[in-house]
Amino acid sequence: MNIDKNIKTLIVKKPLKLDCGKTIKDFPIAYETYGSLNSKKDNAILVFHALTGDQFVTGLNPITKKDGWWSYAVGPGKAIDTNKYFVICSNVIGGCMGSYGPSHKDPDNNKVFGINFPVITINDIVNAQYNLLEYFGIDKLFSIAGGSMGGMQVLQFISNFPEKSKTVIPIATTSNHSAQNIALNELGRQAITADSNWKDGNYSLSNTSPGKGLAVARMAAHITYLSKKGLQEKFGRKLQEREDLKFGFDADFQIESYLRYQGSVFVDRFDANSYLYITRAMDYFDLTKQFKGNLSDAFKNTKAKFFIISFTSDWLYPTQENKDIVIALNSIGADVGFVEIKSDKGHDSFLLDVPDFLNALKNFLDKSYIEN
Amino acid sequence: MKNEFKIIADLIEKDKKVLDVGCADGTLMKYLKDNKNINIRGLEISKNKVQECIAKGLTVIEGNAEKDLKQFPDKSFDYVVLSQTLQAFLNPELVLNELLRVGKKAIVTIPNFGFWKVRFHLLFKGTMPITKALPDEWYSTPNLHMCTIKDFVYFVKSRDIKIFKSLALNNLNSSLINENNLGIKNLFSDLGIFLIEK
Repeated sequence: MNIDKNIKTLIVKKPLKLDCGKTIKDFPIAYETYGSLNSKKDNAILVFHALTGDQFVTGLNPITKKDGWWSYAVGPGKAIDTNKYFVICSNVIGGCMGSYGPSHKDPDNNKVFGINFPVITINDIVNAQYNLLEYFGIDKLFSIAGGSMGGMQVLQFISNFPEKSKTVIPIATTSNHSAQNIALNELGRQAITADSNWKDGNYSLSNTSPGKGLAVARMAAHITYLSKKGLQEKFGRKLQEREDLKFGFDADFQIESYLRYQGSVFVDRFDANSYLYITRAMDYFDLTKQFKGNLSDAFKNTKAKFFIISFTSDWLYPTQENKDIVIALNSIGADVGFVEIKSDKGHDSFLLDVPDFLNALKNFLDKSYIEN
Repeated sequence: MKNEFKIIADLIEKDKKVLDVGCADGTLMKYLKDNKNINIRGLEISKNKVQECIAKGLTVIEGNAEKDLKQFPDKSFDYVVLSQTLQAFLNPELVLNELLRVGKKAIVTIPNFGFWKVRFHLLFKGTMPITKALPDEWYSTPNLHMCTIKDFVYFVKSRDIKIFKSLALNNLNSSLINENNLGIKNLFSDLGIFLIEK
């Protein structure tokens, strides 16, 4: 992808052996930071983004010219207060906002990777991001936080680096991707690969990318981020700029128009191949299996304080899947708090203005920091 | 802080690991954490109360004691506290067994239905008793299984549960309950506090 002057990049020289067996080296990790690292270097929070997020957590995203994806939660005076904390976020490898991914060139043949980019996992993603700690000279993070796929990274990170964070905040997430979620991801991938412009991944980003397939993938996924009640209240059966049904296949209903819009704006900022790679990483995520069926073992070496948050209307990563993590932690006597936030906004609740969620997040962080 | 909590706190030694079941807004937890260096956890069913605990910097799990105690390993806490909640469970015996499994010891407090004011209320007014410890009307009370101090003592004895200490509370005065004064304490106390073990 275009290397933009707004994108800060760390080139990781050290070879990284991936779960697929391949090794990458001299690869870029695009990152952004907010707030400032104090002299004791004990106020850093590593934030992990979800499937379609990027390193631009808050403020204006200089590439998309829209608000950062976690603007409600992160910023001066907000739940993750950048007046107090130093927030770091990086684009996942496999992504399309500057980190090493399928739109980069393969150093072996100087051709764009496309689907020749190695299949990456959540484990590979956090191992790559770990380099940022060394880069900033941070021995121990104050916290790691993320929702959805960001929460998977949180869990994997503390499992891989049990002493590297004092507090751990997985939000609206799971320890292993469910059959339903794999199915939904597969639907998105099929939409992309069925687009004739996809060309086995060898499309040109600037000319003819598989935008229609990617838009359908996004539309399908977007429905899963909302709740039935939320959709009904926002759209109901309202018609889109018309008095009556038109007896055709144009967008008669507001919800149709809304989804089409969501699909079209997504295509402008996201790469179809990255969508394939990142959804695959989510599907492969199974922390329980990594520890031979005992999730508790993933956390047995950490003394970190956990705070797990789920949402009542999230049917993608429902409360029970979050509670399974709580149970695994309690069964080894870990320090774990848990709250289910009441919200009609579905899985997306963690990205939205949900005061109970934002207050809980702020209180947990600020009180833990005082005890720090 | 209410007298009941002071008495509970006095039963717990410093530096212990304690689970407060039905911890409400975390008042007791905060006291134990700040004054006795207790490694304290809470379990609370109300979302609002959980938020209040988080705002106090307390580690709380939102959950239901009848379902969620089973995730804690055997004897993983030095003490498990249950304050005035036993009577509100569908199955108090199951919860009591879980408290005694999870905790090396349990501290259970019960509002005493044998208190003279309760008896008088029913006897003379003929309506369901409403007192300081039992403030709700019959149709809105969370209490499903009221018992007296005597009932509780008989119950734990029949289940081979060991009572280390029984205290009766009447307003601000607490006193020890023993076999000889059980009838009197059952009449003059509005709250029973029991330190038990199995």
